[in-house]
Amino acid sequence: MMIKDLFYFLIFPGMIFSVVMGGILSWSDRKITARVQFRKGAPFLQPFFDIGKLFYKETILPEHGARLTFLAAPVFALFSATLANVFILLPSIFPGSGFKGDLIVVFYLLTIPSLSYIIGSLASGNPLASVGASREIKLIMSYELTFILALACIVIKSGMSLSISDIIAAQQEGGAFIGSVSGVVLFIVILFVIQAKLALVPFDMSEAETEIAHGVFIEYSGSAYAIIKMARYIMLFALPSLMVTLLMGGFRLNGFGILWSVLKLGLILFLITLLRNTNPRLRLDQAMRFFFIWMNLIVVIAIGFSIIKL
Amino acid sequence: MWVFHFAGASCNNCDIEILDCLTSRYDIERFGMQLVGTVRHADVLLVSGSINRKCRDRLLKVYNQAPKPVLVVAFGACGCTGGIFAEGNVFAGPVDTIIPVDAYIPGCPPKPEAILAGIVKLLNK
Repeated sequence: MMIKDLFYFLIFPGMIFSVVMGGILSWSDRKITARVQFRKGAPFLQPFFDIGKLFYKETILPEHGARLTFLAAPVFALFSATLANVFILLPSIFPGSGFKGDLIVVFYLLTIPSLSYIIGSLASGNPLASVGASREIKLIMSYELTFILALACIVIKSGMSLSISDIIAAQQEGGAFIGSVSGVVLFIVILFVIQAKLALVPFDMSEAETEIAHGVFIEYSGSAYAIIKMARYIMLFALPSLMVTLLMGGFRLNGFGILWSVLKLGLILFLITLLRNTNPRLRLDQAMRFFFIWMNLIVVIAIGFSIIKL
Repeated sequence: MWVFHFAGASCNNCDIEILDCLTSRYDIERFGMQLVGTVRHADVLLVSGSINRKCRDRLLKVYNQAPKPVLVVAFGACGCTGGIFAEGNVFAGPVDTIIPVDAYIPGCPPKPEAILAGIVKLLNK
């Protein structure tokens, strides 16, 4: 039992599988970006070369700062991202697995990577890192309410069930949630939340490369940064797969099901990348207004639609 | 490889040629290269422009902050030899008298083709 759990956590669908999938998604993200800019783009194995190279390099510790916290934060980010990914994918692979309320657990686990980036960057003692951290905190505060409201709407649509496998089962009986009006609205909202959670361009003020030099990640180098990169690859895989699971009927790993799963993931990644490439970076107050007023309003409308079963 | 760009007292011509390499015609990302914003992530330190007395300490500081192993590229005539500033009053020597240099890309400014050739040599090193 223990060995089986470890296998789920470390190999499939846990750490190794999700890092590989995240690396492939990250490559496709870079490739699509390059094609949008009429460039050729990076070679296929580049994300993995990057990680390997980072492990081989020196890790510099901050001279004035909490070194243990600085080093522990990426590890927490990696483990919680992996755990979230396992909880998201297991109900798709083995129908009926998972436990009551794992949707809430996944919601919390998906927040931990951002939180640990904040803690790690504040531990480094770098002023630009603390600017990035404060921006990240405000961004989390603005999108989490939207995210939990969207999840609540999905719970209402699935007939008040809090477990991911029940939500998948409800979609397999009554059609995927995206086929309804509220489903389409939720798709748009969750797409923006994912964009903010991944810190991609319209909402990347916490690591704005050009103004605060990677913000929260400024002091990380070597293996610590490699672990952060792995956590970010896993998040790039976990969040679209959460979206596929909750709105588009989940993954099915048999025959044409695999092709469909890949296509669903690809569609979401394509939308994320296009959003990233066609938008400038928002100011923090603009992003907060966007989530607090507009996105929350839209989610409340979606909840209204889902109560009257539209 | 991730590149951090250190501009000394550059006349900006070299910097514009570096931007050329990022655009669609030459597209340096084919070789997996990206510009990064902080020297902590850098694998390559690209030094352009002549290094004067003020820049010298800063260049040393940036070099010491980079995680080793880091490759250093002296970029343009000023970085390689000093170019027309070699006998100037405030000139503090070409880059290789301050920090160890792994590759030289000469030219004033170097053509993008020359930059690509230098990069391929650096990658095969």
